[in-house]
Amino acid sequence: MSDVKKLMYVNRRAPYGTIYAWESLEVVLIGAAFDQDVSLAFLDDGVYQLTKGQNTEDTGMKNFSATYAALGDYEVTKIYVEKDSLDERGLLLDDLQHLVWEDEDEDWAEKDSIRLVSRAELADLMADQDIMFNF
Amino acid sequence: MSILHIVNKSPYEKSSLYTAVDFVKDSDVVLLIEDAVYAAARGGKAAEKLSGLDISVLGADLAARGIGEDKLIDGVSVVDYAGFVDLVKAKDSTQSWL
Repeated sequence: MSDVKKLMYVNRRAPYGTIYAWESLEVVLIGAAFDQDVSLAFLDDGVYQLTKGQNTEDTGMKNFSATYAALGDYEVTKIYVEKDSLDERGLLLDDLQHLVWEDEDEDWAEKDSIRLVSRAELADLMADQDIMFNF
Repeated sequence: MSILHIVNKSPYEKSSLYTAVDFVKDSDVVLLIEDAVYAAARGGKAAEKLSGLDISVLGADLAARGIGEDKLIDGVSVVDYAGFVDLVKAKDSTQSWL
């Protein structure tokens, strides 16, 4: 049996009203040092974490949104965004950052990290995990 | 008596905004701050609840969340922190729907 576990980070909170989003991102980056099968799920208000154009200058808070673009370099390449949550909030895929990763096995071809999934598809993915971390 | 209703929670996570809206009278203003600003984004389900109300939104919180003013529903006023203070002064009291 393989030692590699399937880990999913489940993100359900908006980015600045609470500390959950930032804490999740930090745990993901730390966890990336261990060779595991990692995926991130964004649903409910969590989809707001990935929106483009965040500018926190006038709020005195740190803008951590640019860090999501670095996830590919940490070999975090599976980012599931639940489409139902986008729809409810009037958001389109184009409102989110274009996150990519480079596939070593295909001459570093750039590939999309974000995969839109339905609630049912995400439920299936969750059922397939060894461990889920909830934020 | 006029009231400034301040809401700071996302309408998609908590019901604070919907409760607040039920309490709003004609001379009142609803100010959306922090995660409540998502309510004023066009196309979202929550935006439907705001029609006909006097709505202000804190600009700094919109910018932090990447919501351009072009993405807001019609009739919403964007205010800065000084405008927030002006609203507090203009109303007889404030009610924070935490």
